[in-house]
Amino acid sequence: MGLLTSLKSSISRATSSLFAGDETKRIGIYGPPNAGKTTLANRIARDWTGDAVGPESHVPHETRRARRKENVEIKRNGKSVTIDVVDTPGVTTKVDYKEFLEHDIEKEDAVRRSREATEGVAEAMHWLREDVDGVIYVLDSAEDPFTQVNTMLIGIIESQNLPVLIFANKIDLEDSNVQRIANAFPQHETVPLSALEGENMDEVYDKIAEYFG
Amino acid sequence: MSEITTDEDGEAAGSPKSNPDETVLEDDSDSDDPEGSGPEAPDDADDSGIQIDMISAERLEGMRTMEKIRLILDGVHDGNIVILEQGLAPDEESKLIEVTMSEINPDGFTGIEIETYPGEGSNESGFLGRLMGKDDSNKLTVIGPANRIETLHKDESLISTLVTRT
Repeated sequence: MGLLTSLKSSISRATSSLFAGDETKRIGIYGPPNAGKTTLANRIARDWTGDAVGPESHVPHETRRARRKENVEIKRNGKSVTIDVVDTPGVTTKVDYKEFLEHDIEKEDAVRRSREATEGVAEAMHWLREDVDGVIYVLDSAEDPFTQVNTMLIGIIESQNLPVLIFANKIDLEDSNVQRIANAFPQHETVPLSALEGENMDEVYDKIAEYFG
Repeated sequence: MSEITTDEDGEAAGSPKSNPDETVLEDDSDSDDPEGSGPEAPDDADDSGIQIDMISAERLEGMRTMEKIRLILDGVHDGNIVILEQGLAPDEESKLIEVTMSEINPDGFTGIEIETYPGEGSNESGFLGRLMGKDDSNKLTVIGPANRIETLHKDESLISTLVTRT
């Protein structure tokens, strides 16, 4: 019985790997809070499925649960790539409910949001360790990329041997500096874009197909 | 393990007449504590000082991931600054973030501030680097309570932080 089960399992693994190239890849969108992850996830989902993934906001930690948009088929150069887009909460090492009060949110709601945010970050870390096949790392190109969270997360992603693309978002902002991001993480390809304005999305989709196809 | 205890002026706690430029290093006799528990504040410690726990690579070496995380977070919960001679591995950092998040509570613990020198950012740092024996985790790491430590400047060779009393 044990031998049969083991044989069946081996055949199943061999069959899966034979067709691995055609499998839907689960791509996690990661990054610090307010980098534009949900705006990007919505842009990708709307462009290829017509639906959005979740609400966007300038308030940090608006996304407090990982949200998934399944079977997003991206067609590039006569080929198609199917991915599940996983929009994750912004990763941080600290959450203080008082930060929400600065956005005119009542204390009770702020406490609830901060509690959900901490659960969301833990969930995002869990997804990264267990459940994604590739990562799109989104950074606000108007902000300093040399933060500890970025350094740690890129290190964690590399340690998992996951393919990663770095997206320098918000190039529509005056203070945008894509080169600063490219210099911070020269070991990875950096793609400039504005998810909000839809700038440079052709290159974004080309790279997604190239890296995750 | 060595332990440095200083107050805001750089004076050793409990040694008010010592030279302000001097930092007192005490040999912690609990260094081979089998349970890996963190150092306890001396009896004469008061709220005027900031305790800095410098944890040697040797002490962390034999510990499991959760033992390391508990050692760090217990120190941080006590308001201490924890300095690791050798940083955590990426999967340990991932777990540290996860456990930290689970311990945050309103009007209490708001999380951690953590700083290490940035990686070299070369192609050697990924899978190939590890294959060639390059250890990216071998970096001095500073961890403290988010509400007491603020990074003023950070580059490849310098981490400048401001530590305050709450």
